[in-house]
Parts: sequence; structure tokens; C-alpha cells
Amino acid sequence: MKDFNYHSAKDSKEASKLSSSNSAFLAGGMTTIPSMKLGLASYKDLIDIKNIKKLSGIKVSGKSVTIGATTKHVEVANSKEVKKAIPSLANLAEGIGDPQVRNRGTIGGSVANNDPSADYPSACIALNATIHTSDRKIEASKFFKGMFETALKKGELIEAIEFQIPEKSSYQKHPNPASRYAVVGVYVAKHKKDVNVAVTGAKPCVYNDKDLSKALSNSFSSTSIQNMELDSSDMNSDIHASAEYRASLVVTQAKKAVDAC
Amino acid sequence: MASLVGSRVERKEDKRFLTGKGRYTSDINLANQTYAIFVRSPHARAQIKKLDISKAQKSSGVVSILTGSEIAEDKIGGLIAGWAIRSEDGTEMKCPANPPLAKDIVNFVGDPVAVVIAESLEEAKAAAEKVSVDYKVLKAVTSTADAMNGDTIHEGIDKNLCFDWLLGDRQKVKEAFEKADKVISIDIINNRLIPNAMEPRACLADYNSASEEITLYTTSQNPHLSRLIMSAFGNVSPEHKLRVVAPDVGGGFGSKINVYNEDIVCSWAAKKINRAIKWVAERSESFLTDIHGRDHVTHAELAVSNDGKFLGFKNETIANLGAYARVFGTVTPTYLFGPCATGVYEIPAAYSNVKAVFTNTAPVDAYRGAGRPEATYTIERLVEKASMELGIDKTELRVKNFPTSFPFKQTLVHTVDSGDYVAGMEKAKQMADYSGFEARRKDSASKGKLRGIGVSSYFEACGIAPSAAVMSLGCGVGLWESAEVRFNPTGQVTVYTGSHSHGQSHQTTFAQIAADELGVPIENIDIVHGDTDKGTFGMGTYGSRSLTVGGIAIVNACKKIVEKGKRVTAKMLEASPEDVEFKDGEFIVAKSNKKKTIGEIAFACYLPGVRDEMKSPLPEGEEPGLKETAFFDPSNFSFPAGTHIAEVEIDPETGEVKLEKYTACDDFGRIINPMIVEGQVHGGLAQGIGQALYENAEYDETGQLMTGSYMDYTMPRADNFPEFNIGYTCTHATTNPLGVKGCGEAGAIAAPPTVMNAVIDALGGQEITMPATAEKVWKACKNLKKSNSKAA
Ligand SMILES: Cc1cc2nc3c(=O)[nH]c(=O)nc-3n(C[C@H](O)[C@H](O)[C@H](O)COP(=O)(O)OP(=O)(O)OC[C@H]3O[C@@H](n4cnc5c(N)ncnc54)[C@H](O)[C@@H]3O)c2cc1C
Repeated sequence: MKDFNYHSAKDSKEASKLSSSNSAFLAGGMTTIPSMKLGLASYKDLIDIKNIKKLSGIKVSGKSVTIGATTKHVEVANSKEVKKAIPSLANLAEGIGDPQVRNRGTIGGSVANNDPSADYPSACIALNATIHTSDRKIEASKFFKGMFETALKKGELIEAIEFQIPEKSSYQKHPNPASRYAVVGVYVAKHKKDVNVAVTGAKPCVYNDKDLSKALSNSFSSTSIQNMELDSSDMNSDIHASAEYRASLVVTQAKKAVDAC
Repeated sequence: MASLVGSRVERKEDKRFLTGKGRYTSDINLANQTYAIFVRSPHARAQIKKLDISKAQKSSGVVSILTGSEIAEDKIGGLIAGWAIRSEDGTEMKCPANPPLAKDIVNFVGDPVAVVIAESLEEAKAAAEKVSVDYKVLKAVTSTADAMNGDTIHEGIDKNLCFDWLLGDRQKVKEAFEKADKVISIDIINNRLIPNAMEPRACLADYNSASEEITLYTTSQNPHLSRLIMSAFGNVSPEHKLRVVAPDVGGGFGSKINVYNEDIVCSWAAKKINRAIKWVAERSESFLTDIHGRDHVTHAELAVSNDGKFLGFKNETIANLGAYARVFGTVTPTYLFGPCATGVYEIPAAYSNVKAVFTNTAPVDAYRGAGRPEATYTIERLVEKASMELGIDKTELRVKNFPTSFPFKQTLVHTVDSGDYVAGMEKAKQMADYSGFEARRKDSASKGKLRGIGVSSYFEACGIAPSAAVMSLGCGVGLWESAEVRFNPTGQVTVYTGSHSHGQSHQTTFAQIAADELGVPIENIDIVHGDTDKGTFGMGTYGSRSLTVGGIAIVNACKKIVEKGKRVTAKMLEASPEDVEFKDGEFIVAKSNKKKTIGEIAFACYLPGVRDEMKSPLPEGEEPGLKETAFFDPSNFSFPAGTHIAEVEIDPETGEVKLEKYTACDDFGRIINPMIVEGQVHGGLAQGIGQALYENAEYDETGQLMTGSYMDYTMPRADNFPEFNIGYTCTHATTNPLGVKGCGEAGAIAAPPTVMNAVIDALGGQEITMPATAEKVWKACKNLKKSNSKAA
């Protein structure tokens, strides 16, 4: 690991000000530190945001659950309020990595990083989330731009993520047996008007599967998608799973999610 | 005094390990030590056109940078194959030179080309990045099956063929096959594995310029053997000027038998720069450069009669050695594999042919089970297939071909001294509720799941020894073991063993044995191992040999102590030695109430005199002191055996395989500590099930390791396993006084075929290769659905 400067920011404003083209925010460090150790990334400045009190915590209203950016996975997994309002979200957090990762990794870091097989981005899409940043509010559907790419601008800090409480929802992950990241994860959420089927792991970036959403909006039952075959031509293929297998898993996991709702 | 052998004595080593008081190589730091980083080839096969260290040398903190040129100048020897194997045509095997630092050519990703030694680890790393190597990349050979058709990797080794070995009789096999009603054939890939010891390799080399001694602390399973190889072949230092210490070692599984490049380079360089040098592998270096295991491609056939009698067996195997042949590299796919090829069955005609090939991948060597898992997998998959094709129950077919009496003289090599395979099968079936399986299958089917049951019966030849036998087969050393038992004057005992514990609990098991033999409380017995400056020469720990060879050496040394004690007692109590009996730590003169405790005898041996009297308790000519040494060289291997049964449930929609039940019924002879044996069985099963369902080392066609981290290499975890159902049958080994057999490798040997037989049973007999990943199983389920709907 190369040398770097460590800063601890007091508030969002300072954090944004300290950032440059050669810096990263340090939240849980569960992505940043390993990639620096492996020599995949190096930064001049790391700006610690964990001491910014305002960024951590969970608030639940009648319509939404708002989670501060530096709230750890374990806190979401164990939160009584989240379990009550959106149980599938607590479930998702419980299934991230291992206890060490859950005790340090944060929701803001996960969403900002937008790993193609991370879990939280699917929750953002399925639960019509709004990403609150230091500058603005961004709808989830406009936030995830591509592989490890988001709408965040340089120095823009995620402050909180606001999830819409659905009528029913479930997240079903088919984990990679080695890393336990999602080979495919499907987040089904039934809202008043429509159904979202957010898929992670299958493509370079999380997406809302229009065909599955449509079928389930018409009839919210697993039989309505039972025989669907998805186009696998733009799906990921690697040593862990072929595109064809991923396409099949998306439907299977979606069915499981509907059945679990 | 109650016997300790057979009881669940708590592990004496646990307090140290669980409270962070273990002392591993990387825990050791010496004043003024330097740090080494190895510059490694990023290519699988390339010529080194130019190696420029000038920029790196100017980097801060650099003490020295050494390359293959200096190694060659100093005539430092390379790494070696420990066994010389001869081909079927009588020619000797062909092995390339394997210099500790490559000079002209690199042969796998990770092959070291230079070492950078600096004042700090960070400085060593920074400087290593500045070493510039100009490679001419050559076409790599990576596939086991096609290696003989690839470019020649090592000059003079045609077809990349190390040897083409045969065990058995081709003509007899031919005749047997001609008489057969049916021939069952199978093509098998035994997947390549990475051992993944919890503690990565490490070494710390120190040099004393006054005494001219090198001390090497290293993660070795066999420090004496390492010293011997480094002296005799590495030319690092004369044996008496080299001390090798293997302190606590966190797992080996065979991967720490070898002397590695880093051991030789750091020892040699420490002398050169006259400073201590420390090197600790990063996990990615472990993945790339620890020896790998298995990697066979096999075609095998079994000739049978319609009523299920086995008539003949043959296998044709290509075994991947990787880039170079290492210590157990050439014996693993030959004498550790071939003799076990016919499994637990009477098969009158058999042969095993192995072509060992070089490829541009990490060296392949002994990994838990070494050769025996590959042999067992082949025969047990074949027998399962035979049961399907003949329509004979899989357990019945096996029993039909078990030997009925012991000793059991096998067709190929071994004479198995003891066993009762039928009893093992019966007990395993009972433990697994074999007869209730069909009901469970139906139950799974009603939930849309496919359930399968798999059986395998195994035996293995372990406790690797008989020196005369192994040396006749090409081993470069004898494989006996030594022990020294020393009493202190005040009655405690130190046992020095040539075995090495890196998870095997010798501190406990060996102490139990010595406690029983000597009648000394276990708290008063210390087991010392792992240091060439302490105790006698030893051959180390691998091949489930510690107890059956090393443990018996302890027993024999204890018996010598007792014999001396009898002589001394006789003198002290004015009796004849023949009248002295020893029991529970007391020497008793027969038909009298005269006795001495062993502590009193030890005291007398060390303080052989009395105030104001010219009198010695020692018989005339007897030396003072109480210390005995024994070397044990058994007359045969030990042959544990057993039957394992697994049940899996498959979700046809995702292809996920869930291991529902696992039953292991083993015969390990007399068991010294059941708790420790359970631990060994659990660990072996975890690795065996890992091979069947999860683990796979994969190279791409350019020779890059695709599974070089835990993100991609699937280590099994606790939640992948059911509660193991473990039981035993017991026939005592007749070849050692304790009646013990090895237990360390059994799980890794028996589990892969057991689990795969269950998976394939669930898939209606469709063959799939290990590991049975969800995607492979999903594809097989789709085929099954297609063929079922066709049939309907
Ligand atoms: C072994 C292991 C297993 C894992 N398994 C899973 C898994 O199963 N599923 C899963 O989803 N994830 C998994 N992860 C990833 C984990 O969830 C990480 O914690 C997460 O991706 C990053 O969060 P972090 O808080 O650690 O971020 P950091 O590493 O601190 O930061 C990551 C990136 O996000 C940026 N960032 C952080 N916070 C903010 C913010 N508030 N605003 C703007 N940018 C920000 C940083 O600048 C940096 O570029 C795993 C990680 C590990 C090490």
C-alpha cells in the first residue's frame, strides 16, 4: 500500500472540500482498503467520514425508511424499525459478506461503489429510493450509471438513502459460493401501483427487469413468470456462471422472491 | 492408574493456541533483521531477456538484490524430486533443473526471478516494483490432457513427459477382459486443488558469522528433511552448520513438506549479507506458489461378470506435475496411487499406467491423501457405475467383492494385515439408515427436489514407512522415525520426536502414550519437536505416519527406559531383573512387597551414590542417566479402511447441491484419543467434500491462475456441512505394538467419491465432473428433464 494522507472530516461540507481527483472517502473501508492493499487503487488523500454524526442513523416515517450513509450493515440488519417497516431490507443487510464486513461496511459506501454484484443497489431500485447527497436528491433509477459508475460528481457525498416502504417485498440472493457476493440477486417489491424487479449480479449494472415487472404487475404470482425465458446476450459470463445460467437464475430467484412475499 | 490411551484427553496445546500464545514463524523477530520480497514471473512461460536491478538498487532502504546469476555463481543447488521413478520401458524419469531463482527461463506464474532485501517490508516492496524484467513470452502449456502435444517446456524432455509408468500386468488384464460379460468404463478428471493452510508459508534466516551457523525458522512439516535437502542438494551449508526450526505451524496438508525456493534463497542470502532475513508469504503468493494437489485425467475400466464379480481393472492416467518435479511430486501419482487402484476389492488382474507430464503451472505434489484420493475416486466411481449398469444394489456389489479373510494379499502390491470390510459396511448402512433412503427420496421429490445417495468403501496405505520397501521403489531416504525419551532427575519426562505437529495434536496424543508406558502423570510429560538442534534426526509428518511410525518409536524408547529401570531396581532391591515387574509407574519385585517408583529410579540414575558410603544403585557397567532413543521402521504400511455414505438434495431450478447427511464409519485400529480422531476426520471430510462440491484451481490457456484468491477459489465453510455422523469399527493393526492405523487422510480420501456418487445418483446416473457446482448440476438437471419428457 502506498502512503496517503488521512483526514477526518467534521461535516459533509469539509469532506467535500477536502476531496480531489486523487482522493476517496473512507467509510467502512471494506472496499477501499483491500483495493489499496492489492495495488488496484492508490489515493493521495483518504477522507474519513465516519466521525460525521449526522451521516449515521435510521429514521422511519409512515412512507419511507431513511438510512444515513455511514450506517453499518449490521445496524440495518439488527434494526427493529427496519425489520418492521421493510423486513426484506434487514434481510439483505444480514446476508452481506461476513460478520467482519457487516461490522464495518456501510450502506453509503456500498451504494457509491456500485459493484455489479453488490446487494444494496437492488434495494435502491426496487424500493424507489432517493439518494440524498451533499448537493441534491437523486432518484435511484437515475443514480446507477454502469459498472462501478454512479451519478455522483467529484466531492459529492451521499448523506442518506430514503427507501419507499412497499406493500410486500423480498430479496433473494444466489450467492457466489467463494465470495458470497451475488451471482444473481433479485429484489421484488410490490408497491401500490406497480411491481419492481431489481436485479443485481446479472449485468454490468443493477437494473429493473421490465418484462418480469410487467408480468408481475399484471398478476402478482410466481406462476405468471414461471416459463419466462430472458435474453442472456448482455448478461455477465465468468468462471462462476455463464450468461445463460444467470438468465435462468434471475427468473428462479424472482419466483422465490414472489413466493416469499 | 487408569489408562489414558483411548480417552478424550483435552488438548494440551489448546491453551497456547486459543490465548494467542502460539509461536509461529512470523511471530519471531530478530534484532536488525531485514525483509525479503520476491520478484515473480507474471508469465507462465517466458525467456528472461534482461533483468535490470539498477533502478531498484537506488530505492530507499535496499540492502541487497540477488538474482539467478548469483545463485548460479555460488553453485547453490535447485529444488529436487525425492523419488526416482522408472518408466515401463526401463528408462529413468526426466526432470528439469529447478533453480531457486530462475535465471534464463520462467515456467509458471509466480516462479521467482529475484529477491529484494531491504530494511523494511514497505521499502522492499517499493524496490521490488522497480526491478525491471524484459521477458520474451512463450506459448504456455497448461492443459493436463493435452500437455504431451504442446510445445516442449524443458529442453530435452520430449512430449513434456517425465515418465510413463506401469504397475501390474497388461497381458493378464487383457485376458481377464476377454472373459468378461461386461466392461464398465469411465472418464474422470480429478480436479486440481490448492491446499490453503491457514498459516501462509514464512521463513526467517539468521547467520552467525563467528560460528558460521545458519538458523532457519520455517513453516515446515519436516525440519530434519529440509535441512538434509538444503545441505546435500542445495549446497547452502554443511548439515552441522545449519539449524532448521519449524515452530508452531498452522496447517500443512502436504504443502509444507517441500523445501521451497524462499527457504534456500533466504538462508543463502542471510550468509551473504550477514544479516537476518524475514519473508512471509502473502495469501496471493500462497495461491500461486504453494504446491497444488491432484490434477489427474483418467480413463479406467472394470471387467465384470453378470453376477457382479470383478474380474479385471485398468486405468490410464495423465498426471500433471506442474512446472517442476518436487519432493513427493513423482511418487504421489505412482506408488501412492497405483497400489491402491483396486481399492477394497479382490480383483485378480489389474494394471495402472501413469504418464506424468510437465505444464506451465505451479508444481503439483502431495496434498492430504496424496494419490490415494485419486485412486479411490477412480475405483469407487467405477464400482458405482457398475452397480447401476448391472442393476445390483451398490452396497451388495461391494460386499460381493470384498476380501473375506485377512491378511488380504492384493493383486498389485499390498498385503493388508487386518480389516473387516463387511462389518464396516454393515455398520455404515445402519448409521446412515440406508434402508430408509427410498422414503426420503420420495419426500424430497414431493418438494420438487432430487435426492441421491452415494456410497464409497476405501482402504488406504499410510503410515508411510518400511524403509526397505520405499527405497526399493525409488525413495531417496528411508522413512523410519525416531524418538528420544529423557527423564529429568526429579521425575518429569521430555519426549523428543522426529514427527512434526502442525495441527495433529502430538503434544496430547504422544503424551498419552508415554504416560501409559511410563506410568507418569500426563502433566509431567512434554513433547518436543520441530528443531534439528533438539532430539535425533526425524523424517517428519505426512502420509498419516506420525502415530503409526513416530508414536511407536516413542513406545519403543519407553520400553527401553522400563528395561533399564528393571535392572536398576533389581540392583537396588537385591533381586534379579527377571523378577521385577513394571506396572503403573512402579517396579515391583515379584512375590514381595518391595518396590520402587519410576521417579525414584530416575533420581537414582542421575544421582548414583550415597553419602558416607561407596555404593551405587546402578548395576556394574550400567551408565548413569535415564534417557533412551529408538528408531522405528515398521514391517509394513498401515491400512485404515471404511465405508462412507452421503445423501444430497438438489434443487433442479438452481442446481444447488445440499449435503443433507454424511456418515463415516472408519477402522483406524486402536484409537488413542477419540476427540482428536474426530477432529482429524472432520477436517479430512471438509477437504474431501470441498473437492467434490466447491474447490477448483483453474488456469486459463495463457497460464494465469483464475482462482488466485478467496473471491474465486471456493473454500468450504462450516455452513456447507451437515452434522457429521461418525462411527468406527476396530481391527488392530498387527504390524505395530499399539495396533494403531493412520486417520489423518481418510476423510479426504473417502469423501469425494461418496459425495459425487450421491450427486450422480440424484442426477439419474449422469456423469459430471468435480466440483459439482450449481451451474454444472443445473445443466444436468435440464438434460434430465429433457430425457424424462422424451421417455414420457
Ligand atoms: C469479504 C467481503 C465480502 C463482501 N461481501 C459483500 C456482499 O456479499 N454483498 C455486498 O453488497 N457487498 C459485499 N462486500 C462489500 C461491502 O458491502 C463494502 O462494505 C461496501 O461495498 C463498501 O462500503 P464501505 O463502507 O466499506 O466503503 P469504503 O470502502 O469506505 O468506500 C468505498 C467507496 O465508496 C465511496 N464512498 C463511501 N462512502 C461514501 C459516501 N457516503 N458518499 C460518497 N461516496 C462514498 C468511497 O469514496 C470509496 O470510493 C464485501 C466486502 C468484503 C471485503
